[in-house]
Amino acid sequence: MDYVPHSPADVAEMLAAVGVGGVEDLFSEIPEQVRRREPLAVPAAVSEAELLGELRRLAAADTPATSLVSFLGAGVYDHYVPAVVDAIVSRSEFATAYTPYQPERSQGVLQTIFEYQTAICELTGMDVSNASMYDAGTALAEASLLAGGQTRRGSIVLSAGVHPEYRQVLATETAGYGPRPQVVDLPEGAATDPQALAAAVDADTAAVVLQQPNFFGALEDLAAVAEVAHAAGALFVVVADPLSLGLLEAPGALGADIVVGEAQAFGNAMAFGGPGLGYMAVTRKLMRRIPGRLVGETVDAGGKRGFVLTLQTREQHIRRQKATSNICSNHALNALAALVHLSWLGKQGLPELAELCARKAAYLRARLLEVPGVDAFTAGPVFREFAVRLPGSAAELVEALVPQGFLAGVPAGRFAAEFDAGADLDGVLLIAATEKRTRAEMDAFVAAVAHHMAGAEVGRG
Amino acid sequence: MAEAERRTIYEKSCCGRRAFSLPALDVAEVPLEELVPAGLRRAAAARLPEVSEVELLRHFTELSTLNFGVETGSYPLGSCTMKYNPKVNEVACRLEGFAGLHPYQPEALAQGALELMYELEQWLAEIAGLARTTLQPAAGAHGELTGLLIMRAYHEAQGRTPKRILIPDTAHGTNPASVVIAGYEPVAVPSDARGGVDIEALKALLDVDIAGLMLTNPNTLGLFDENITEIARLVHEAGGLLYYDGANSNAVLGISRPGDMGFDIVHFNPHKTFSTPHGGGGPGAGPIVVRDILEPFLPVPLVEKAENGRFFFEYDRPRSIGKMRTFVGNFGVLVRAYTYIRGLGPDGLRRVSEMAVLNANYVLEGIRDLFDVPFERRCMHEFVVSASPLKQHGVRALDVAKRMLDYGLHPPTTYFPQIVDEALMFEPTETESRDDLDTMIAALRAIVGEAETQPGMLREAPITMPVQRLDEAEAARHPVLRQRYPEDEGDGA
Amino acid sequence: MADETYPQDLQYHKEHDWVRVDGEDAVFGITWFAQDSLGEIVYVDLPEVGAEVTAGSSYGELESVKAVSDLIAPLAGEVVDVNALLQDEPQHVNDDCYGEGWLIRVRMSAPGQLGELLDADAYKTFLDEA
Repeated sequence: MDYVPHSPADVAEMLAAVGVGGVEDLFSEIPEQVRRREPLAVPAAVSEAELLGELRRLAAADTPATSLVSFLGAGVYDHYVPAVVDAIVSRSEFATAYTPYQPERSQGVLQTIFEYQTAICELTGMDVSNASMYDAGTALAEASLLAGGQTRRGSIVLSAGVHPEYRQVLATETAGYGPRPQVVDLPEGAATDPQALAAAVDADTAAVVLQQPNFFGALEDLAAVAEVAHAAGALFVVVADPLSLGLLEAPGALGADIVVGEAQAFGNAMAFGGPGLGYMAVTRKLMRRIPGRLVGETVDAGGKRGFVLTLQTREQHIRRQKATSNICSNHALNALAALVHLSWLGKQGLPELAELCARKAAYLRARLLEVPGVDAFTAGPVFREFAVRLPGSAAELVEALVPQGFLAGVPAGRFAAEFDAGADLDGVLLIAATEKRTRAEMDAFVAAVAHHMAGAEVGRG
Repeated sequence: MAEAERRTIYEKSCCGRRAFSLPALDVAEVPLEELVPAGLRRAAAARLPEVSEVELLRHFTELSTLNFGVETGSYPLGSCTMKYNPKVNEVACRLEGFAGLHPYQPEALAQGALELMYELEQWLAEIAGLARTTLQPAAGAHGELTGLLIMRAYHEAQGRTPKRILIPDTAHGTNPASVVIAGYEPVAVPSDARGGVDIEALKALLDVDIAGLMLTNPNTLGLFDENITEIARLVHEAGGLLYYDGANSNAVLGISRPGDMGFDIVHFNPHKTFSTPHGGGGPGAGPIVVRDILEPFLPVPLVEKAENGRFFFEYDRPRSIGKMRTFVGNFGVLVRAYTYIRGLGPDGLRRVSEMAVLNANYVLEGIRDLFDVPFERRCMHEFVVSASPLKQHGVRALDVAKRMLDYGLHPPTTYFPQIVDEALMFEPTETESRDDLDTMIAALRAIVGEAETQPGMLREAPITMPVQRLDEAEAARHPVLRQRYPEDEGDGA
Repeated sequence: MADETYPQDLQYHKEHDWVRVDGEDAVFGITWFAQDSLGEIVYVDLPEVGAEVTAGSSYGELESVKAVSDLIAPLAGEVVDVNALLQDEPQHVNDDCYGEGWLIRVRMSAPGQLGELLDADAYKTFLDEA
């Protein structure tokens, strides 16, 4: 198949108009030694029907989490995405448009980004949001560069409660530039100890970073750590789960200077981890340092309201080597999906959804902890995710329960390298419950876990 | 129709209207205080919209009509490759077997996705003419940073710490920015009279402190650098590596491979070359392919295939630079790229480039007498002309671009690359028909005529769009970046 | 915007700053040519009072909608005053670049450097040749 519209007659006439004998003449300036003469070694073309058949075959070889009773979380969540989202994001005027550099003909894209920026500000309690970023890990890396540039200091202190992948990305991306990350381990119970963070903070700390809820689901004391950071002249960065902000206090109200995170849960399929939706929001004071695109409101020559990309001089295409970041694209279509989902939920629906998730997670946690052998790893209050400690391998339990139709959770042991060497995470399982999980499913899951534990006991006996 | 003032969704919100429905609570209704301590509970609900589902749909549908997509009309933005985004790609990426995958679900349950990634990696390696691919980077600029960090790791492994990266003066802005973030210093290399890298200037800049050279070929002028093999040889002799910015790959698919030109690292932009939609600014992806000497430094994980045919993610890679993003890549975007390449096959891919180059040459031929053509050379898939002849009428490239909107076309790229005065960069792509191109040529001829007879009108163009030219200075001086509410006005927000 | 002028009573620098000497102090601003090249100024980033500026080095930035430009100091000294009006009204740099659009005032640390600056005619010649 082929999307080139030209017939052979078209091609012949166009070649004549250009003044060459054949298509080959168009490439005459390419030296022969770098010309590829053999066809590329990729599979031969197929018709559209055959093509779709191929893709269906591959998709059928997958058992997606959405087709099982899934308790997987750790940054990506299985929430219900309403039908209106796809109806809107599949409109080609949104999907196939370019970046709105010609604002007169892009008011739709620009206004939706403005509305998205507003929604993020409302959720996080911050003054300024950018037009979105790739993911939470790169957003955290950008936050680190921002803090380093703002304070001119050389280190950044993070709680180990920040998602291990986000911390890995931060370390990799800022290897050549920006503050050096320093991680402070979590105590028993999985919630950050503000005093332990304070002990690591010094006059060279550009920022202190907490995740809310943290990787193990624990609710952190944001206000206490904000104080620790500000007392040392450092910025306070919060990695916040945006859905939790339907129930939890906005980080902006608790002293955050920068809030970043992953907003996939709004409007976007899990899609094996991408494309998701990184977000970043800052205080007014940091407005001119925020990376990424920004949409602002203005008026046109006739006084009519309109929207434009603004503060573009922060960006790479103007600043070039003076840019403070190299980010170019944003995840515009994912941001639109999130905006539509948030608009569908609305002021009333988001708190209701958040409460629903919290209650289901609390129920599941209580029932699981009744199973002999299952201990709490996360001690205090949680939102929709929590960790338990099992006597045996968490990965084994996960594998054992798949045939029964359950994805039991994310074994924390796979991230062992990002935690204190002494923390034995092999038996730790991270479990999330969204509004999709019914009581019947959760009860059946608890029974399956209990059964597996009993069987394991017998096996060990 | 009377023009009502445009309202945001927040301004359309009212009084408890709602669109959502949620399942009923089926577990005990424990008091919230028992779940979340008071100090952490939200004091006031976020002021999200309050609209019905119909109002929501009408709002966004109306906004969509203010946009211009590839399916609206021609979109000749240079270096953006605004080609047709096939609908079959959209069906493919929405299959539940792809969209419903959790990144941490057991690999045994994701064999189809892993096979797709494995094959796509191989195809991109073949197209690039290099050894090994990572699909991890989220965008072209992200791929650049990844490539530069790999360069850094490679040099360090050799016991070297060169500090500088050479970039041509025609480079896209992400190149020098990525260089800085990677911890290097960007150094500009001038272009010669034929628009390619000035070889003598390059030789003078090559010393032990050069880590590498970033190039795109054809370059942002749409010209193929005939000296590329010599350039590669010189840089390699000085101990540097060559990075290929794949933004202009649409000119050379199946025609010339960057690996064969001498490049060591290549990034592709699926949202340009491989037809994935631009989405109003993203998401894209930035897969990179490297020469075998650089393979050990690729980010983790890599997709591997075991003896028994099972696919898996390999995380045990001690020399890897680490992780450039969460999870494994913009999988949803990559499914579309996979579908595109699989559908086209080798002949289809080569035809893409042949027709892209033909279309660009056809448009150039149709308008060359209207503008200054800075380089007398065969253009590839894009070309740059200068609108400076119109200055005598007080008309600039910006005005030509804006007037094109009134003719139902999207403007080309303007004022880039910076070495051409009043630059207009056109890239029609291969999916424009001859009629579309003739329409574009006719519009440009008409606009240049208007420059002579109605320059004042051009300076106010566009005049038929939903809005006229916008006050960008005011937007930058006093930024309003979110919905404002009267109750917020007190705190100087 | 104002007409193109280069007042005779000022001194000029090749990086397009002007200097007005006032006792031990010197006031800096940018010339008509500089503001015209940049376009409408949207933001001015100036150093704080007490900061040191070095002749030939950047002491701040001017942003227009489409460009960023470094401000290069014509003389060395310590910043004693900064034009606060420009925080909210940067357009004064375009409208009145020699008056209301002044940028900073420094206490000169090396007044001898004044000898290296251009007078209005020499600056105009420099512009014509560039």
